[in-house]
Amino acid sequence: MGYAKRTNNRGFDELRKIEAKTGVIKNADGSAYFKIGNTAAYAAVYGPRNLYPKFLQNPSTGILRCSYNMMPFSGTGERVRPGQSRRSREISLVTEKALLPVVDLKEFPNAVVDVFIELIETDAGSRCAGICAASMALADAGISMKDLVVAISVGKVDDKIAVDLDYDEEAYEGGPVSDIPIAIIPSTGEFSLLQMDGEISKEDLIKALSLCKKVVPKLYEIQKKALSEKYTKSD
Amino acid sequence: MGKLIIQDKAVVVPGETLAEGMDYLPGAGTYRLGDKILAEKLGLINIDGRALKLIPLSGRYAPKRNDVIICKVIDVTFGGWRFETNSAYSAMLSVKDATSDYIARGADLTSYFDIGDYVVAKITNVTSQKLVDLTTKGVGLKRLRGGRMIKVNSQKVPRIIGKQGSMVTMIKKATNCNIVVGQNGLIWLSGEPKDEVTAVSAIRMIEANSHIKGLTDKIKDYLGFTGEVGEPEHKEYEHKENEHKEYGHKEYESSQNDDNN
Repeated sequence: MGYAKRTNNRGFDELRKIEAKTGVIKNADGSAYFKIGNTAAYAAVYGPRNLYPKFLQNPSTGILRCSYNMMPFSGTGERVRPGQSRRSREISLVTEKALLPVVDLKEFPNAVVDVFIELIETDAGSRCAGICAASMALADAGISMKDLVVAISVGKVDDKIAVDLDYDEEAYEGGPVSDIPIAIIPSTGEFSLLQMDGEISKEDLIKALSLCKKVVPKLYEIQKKALSEKYTKSD
Repeated sequence: MGKLIIQDKAVVVPGETLAEGMDYLPGAGTYRLGDKILAEKLGLINIDGRALKLIPLSGRYAPKRNDVIICKVIDVTFGGWRFETNSAYSAMLSVKDATSDYIARGADLTSYFDIGDYVVAKITNVTSQKLVDLTTKGVGLKRLRGGRMIKVNSQKVPRIIGKQGSMVTMIKKATNCNIVVGQNGLIWLSGEPKDEVTAVSAIRMIEANSHIKGLTDKIKDYLGFTGEVGEPEHKEYEHKENEHKEYGHKEYESSQNDDNN
């Protein structure tokens, strides 16, 4: 028995269909759109700019401020209460921590770079889509970065290790499920986000993490293409 | 032996490997990781001998010493004015750097610059904490009256100015407008309203096509400018300009004919 076949006949190491664009929000200093399966995120970056209230200012470096938000209509249909929730504050925080190792804001003391992530459609993996969009938007905004950040979820559905879980898989009831969102810095292979929901054995966790490293180059290429497309288009 | 992975003038993204081995040197906008050189920003690569330099394509203005910028008065203090500079930091102009006139202590400074005024000023100093000092003593540094103000991406400003001012001079001559381009991406234009609109659309065209070869000719055709373009072309930016000259010219003519028909 076990979990034999994924929805849409996806392979266990296969990603959902991805769409990525940059420069989608003209007023922002940088912006990006990242859609993976039925999860779609917009990210807009403003700054470096003045930071107030003043007590938040850091004289030795600029700070990064992320905000993750799901649109009220984005989920499965039951209305999400707009505004901050405990969940969105946590995700804002981990997004910030996932992006911080690559961005260099030493040149901007006392200033802030604001990253706004809005999820217009969600079907699991929303924080990963948000981080992918945010890292592209930061690059589009001309922020100094060591690398882009690639984020994806892996997990174990019943007895199979799979990459990029959708909501049906996260909610699978035939056996134990684990959902592990990760973020990786491709040039060094370091993890900047590692969370888990559910249960998994130590051996399977290691297997899952090495599986997700296989798809990282694919995601990085998509991000790279979306960023350079804007400038290499022949007219 | 070092190996170059990208080509000259390629568009690169952060984290992209530019070269391997120790034969190349990381310049501005790049960094070394192990024996590789990686890009640190989104931009164009300029290979200068052994040095790899990255020209950013986007990003807000960062105040730099000796830049001439256009800024707006946001506050009038005891000894001077505070300006908004279209960057993360505001700038200060003290009375003694503003004018050689004698100003009595406690005089009303708003008769020189009032809140909301736009001023062309030069940056005299930027500290490590990004405190910016300005001066308005110098040629062309003044308060701007009338006209209109537009904002462009500050990374495109060198392209709008052109080599030794060739591009902006051409727009000025062709549209009979007075134009001041601030390094911070603010541009002031003053002329007949119709001409101002033409000049603004030409500037927007440069901003959108700044990475394209043969841009000066495209703009020249757009403006219907027949005089000499003041200075030689942007040789450091585009080596093969002549190849594309004809093409750009024809393309524009044909689209113009379509409009007429």
